[in-house]
Amino acid sequence: MSSAFASSRTNGSEIVKELAFFAVVALLMSVMILGVETVDRPTGLELAVRWDLVLLAIGSTVVGRLALIIRRESISRLVQAVLITITAVAVFEMFVRFRDMDDRWASPVSFDMALSSAVSSVVALAFIAIVFAIAYFSMKEKGVVEVEESEKLSSKIQLAYRSNTKKIGLVGIIFFIIFPFIFGENRSAIDLATLVMIYIMLGWGLNIVVGLAGLLDLGYVAFYAVGAYSYALLSQNFDLSFWLCLPLAGIFAASFGIILGFPVLRLRGDYLAIVTLGFGEIIRVVLINWYDLTGGPDGISSIERPSFFGLADFSRRVPEGTIGFNELFGMEYSSMHRLIFLYYLILALALVTNFVTMRLRKLPIGRAWEALREDEIACRSLGINPTNTKLSAFAIGAMFGGFAGAFFATRQGFISPESFTFLESAVILAIVVLGGMGSQIGVVLAAIVMIGFPEMFRELAEYRMLIFGAGIVAIMLWRPRGLLSFRDPTILLNMSQKEKVAGELK
Amino acid sequence: MTDNKLLEVEHLTMRFGGLVAIDNLSFTANKREITAIIGPNGAGKTTVFNCLTGFYVPTEGRLTLHADDGPRLLERTEGFRIPRNNGVARTFQNIRLFTGMTVLENLIVAQHNRLMEASAFSIAGLFNLGRYSRAEKAAIEKAEFWLNKVGLYDQADWNAGNLPYGSQRRLEIARAMCTDPSLLCLDEPAAGLNPRESAELNVLLQSIRDDQGVGCLLIEHDMSVVMQISDHVIVLDYGRKIADGNPEAVKNDPAVIRAYLGEDEDDELPPEVAADLNVDPNAH
Repeated sequence: MSSAFASSRTNGSEIVKELAFFAVVALLMSVMILGVETVDRPTGLELAVRWDLVLLAIGSTVVGRLALIIRRESISRLVQAVLITITAVAVFEMFVRFRDMDDRWASPVSFDMALSSAVSSVVALAFIAIVFAIAYFSMKEKGVVEVEESEKLSSKIQLAYRSNTKKIGLVGIIFFIIFPFIFGENRSAIDLATLVMIYIMLGWGLNIVVGLAGLLDLGYVAFYAVGAYSYALLSQNFDLSFWLCLPLAGIFAASFGIILGFPVLRLRGDYLAIVTLGFGEIIRVVLINWYDLTGGPDGISSIERPSFFGLADFSRRVPEGTIGFNELFGMEYSSMHRLIFLYYLILALALVTNFVTMRLRKLPIGRAWEALREDEIACRSLGINPTNTKLSAFAIGAMFGGFAGAFFATRQGFISPESFTFLESAVILAIVVLGGMGSQIGVVLAAIVMIGFPEMFRELAEYRMLIFGAGIVAIMLWRPRGLLSFRDPTILLNMSQKEKVAGELK
Repeated sequence: MTDNKLLEVEHLTMRFGGLVAIDNLSFTANKREITAIIGPNGAGKTTVFNCLTGFYVPTEGRLTLHADDGPRLLERTEGFRIPRNNGVARTFQNIRLFTGMTVLENLIVAQHNRLMEASAFSIAGLFNLGRYSRAEKAAIEKAEFWLNKVGLYDQADWNAGNLPYGSQRRLEIARAMCTDPSLLCLDEPAAGLNPRESAELNVLLQSIRDDQGVGCLLIEHDMSVVMQISDHVIVLDYGRKIADGNPEAVKNDPAVIRAYLGEDEDDELPPEVAADLNVDPNAH
């Protein structure tokens, strides 16, 4: 280690001072959180100390800081990478021990793993190798020059992405279309994909209101609820089929959007957000308390499942007078048929949402939405009716929320006000904001990150909030305006899209 | 004279609580003429514009626009309908462009109402019917005409916010002109421009007046602009009209000179105030 410091520009005592400072900070932070534990003994609650965890925390902090110092002094990449790897392994140890308290005096977990069997030693080595590779290649050997290089790289990626948005979108669509063929028999994969697709559709719907028209709507889930309940109630009370109720649910949700929008759209910014938040809660409270109509907190159960466009049914025992889907196509009965059909249904609905939004953006109404987001006073001076323009954004966004709600009701077969809490609104809004306001592909990415990942990595559920927090910090640092926050012009006169992007990046 | 009237302002009064911003103001602006409204800061010039373009509802008075198809009362029209139905367009003292959108998009948003009608409130546009694409093509042609006129054709695909200041001013005028107005209200269009840009602006405004036949109402502090291009000057002070006439006459009007430079007599402080301030009352 001492040879590594030979070329350092700061002297040794300063570095020791710095390391000591960070060790003290790590001690202060970890001693109460990691160091003390209440243990339930027969004699009562007792405090137990866990000095090993505290020591690990301090040790990994010091080693990590050392890596940063070396990076600052721009010394060998290899040493930095080694130190960062050691830190990562130590942090990993800390978490594993924190979780499994019983064997915390045992030898290091990664060491155990490496010895226990060939497979786990490969896994452990692979983990260490990956961390090392990431650390090694993300290091900057020589400060400033490399910073420019990395900026050049990021602008290259941006150029490639923005001039090929259509192709990327097409690849994405094809992927989602062939998805059931890849995971055809994997029930949980199809279920998860359907769930993600619902949120993609909701995100795209809300994107019209928040991303294009710039109206902060914290109660979007209200329209989702209106769509779900209008399908459930219409189908139960009037025996209407899903295919008839789907447009009706959209119309109901849109009219709720207009009813809400009329009095409140003269409000701006924060005030509008508060009123929409209130509206979302009002809808939920009405759903809970109007027992005669909605069943209150009991919800509505056994909602009719959709038929195959009214031609065939997906149940194992089909009702009188209809034929089963498997009979129609001469296949074996499989419960997966309905799930795959539902998946394709939400995919189609989401794609309709997307294409309508993309088309509207290039129409006068879409341009007026964006203009309104930029400057409302200028819009008025150009003769654009601000109220009607905002209302149309609200109504169209609400309509897609209503479609998604009807789909949700028919998929679940059971709805209750619990599904439409403020948290849902927050998640949908987070998807839109994380994706980058107004970006369609960004919403897809964000929905996968926000909905798909937590489901996929259920084993790590304990760390969900930790990872979530780290993710938020990372996003704020590197992409404060969302993952894909670029606005592409709706019309170009004498430049190609590629030239336009290149010009902006210069 | 009477059949040439474009805008007739009669007894316009605007009060904000106890503050009288405009006091019984009457004037006329003619077709194919540039009418300048000048006056010291706080004289109520921008308030007149805000009343004309529907941002304020006047306390008293009548504003008549003599459009080609008959007179219209502006003070009875809801804000955004004034530019839409009556053809009054305006620019702002602090530029208000849609900065995140491209220059061309700015000009196309200005033609919103015509395009909206052509797209049958988006339904024809959604299915890309011929009727809409023709209208959009016409809109682009109009935008191209104005881009050439203000010399921004090569920057058409830039974001409006990235343009230099002078170009932003010209773009705002082009955007206002894209609404096909019969009266164009310009709020300090030369503010912040250098002499060369200011001269270009004069040419542009004269061409709007002579080639497009649009009457202009101009608020301006830059006297070189006012004196060179305006046909008619109105001077306001504390919300009152103190002079009205051609530039030459206004320039030599003692009331105007008094408003701008102050009166000798006013400079003399009353003896007791002067004593409080320790100044010699006879020294100026």
